[in-house]
Amino acid sequence: MEPNLASYLALSGILFTIGCVGVIFKRNAIGMFMCIELMLNAVNLTFVAFSRYYADTTGQLFVFMVMAVAACEAAVGLGIIISFFRNSQSVDVDDASLMKN
Amino acid sequence: MVGTALFFLFAGFAIMCAISMVYHKNPLYSAISLVGVFISLSCIYVTLAAPFIAAVQILIYAGAIMVLVVFVIMLLNLDDDRPLNRLRYLYAIGGGLGVVLLAQTLFVFYAVLRAPNQPVDPNTSAGKTLTIGQAMYTEYLLPVEIVGVLLMMAIIGSVMLARRLSQPQLELVVEREEELRGEDD
Repeated sequence: MEPNLASYLALSGILFTIGCVGVIFKRNAIGMFMCIELMLNAVNLTFVAFSRYYADTTGQLFVFMVMAVAACEAAVGLGIIISFFRNSQSVDVDDASLMKN
Repeated sequence: MVGTALFFLFAGFAIMCAISMVYHKNPLYSAISLVGVFISLSCIYVTLAAPFIAAVQILIYAGAIMVLVVFVIMLLNLDDDRPLNRLRYLYAIGGGLGVVLLAQTLFVFYAVLRAPNQPVDPNTSAGKTLTIGQAMYTEYLLPVEIVGVLLMMAIIGSVMLARRLSQPQLELVVEREEELRGEDD
């Protein structure tokens, strides 16, 4: 079976599912962050697959934009994680309950 | 034939690495597994005739973002994830969400499989760096500029966030407050 559009979409869906479940199961802020990166990559794969099968460059341009946003997210997210670690000596999201009650 | 073998090889590697990323408790092992996902996805981009995106994937994701993540892991000197004592219903939600998403994936797979097959134009210029560059600086100039502004904002914001707030000064402020309150009494 030659890989077609459906197989790329299936791979992307599986990766997205793993990332989405990982975000809920992980308790470590850095682990959740990496799961979000995985989900962004799964979406990128659909963009590139559609760009290939419809012979359109726009999808690949959007992959570029998504990568830029992911880089921004990495910078800001890790900054937040570091400042949170400074305050509470942990990166466990269960400890981030300052606003509770 | 070779394309099929490469696709299944890299797809399997990507899925294995993704599962290992979620499974491992040590964040550093997770990071290394994620690098494996990025590299296998980059190889899949090459088989999809997108060499520019493949190169950028390696440069930005495996190069820049993961180095940042590994730096933060080393900087924070994290222990393994603690044993799970989270609320039970979160696991139910996570499992249910996973099942729903997998069902949707299967649905999309069969729907796209049954749709009329899109023949791939072998001489398309869609993935070439030249085409992407031309589209980027003519048709999509405004989004590129917006992304530039966004990156600038992210840099400034992360510097502001990660800057060591001058702790001694804060204590001085607190002491001063206490002094003032003492005078009031």
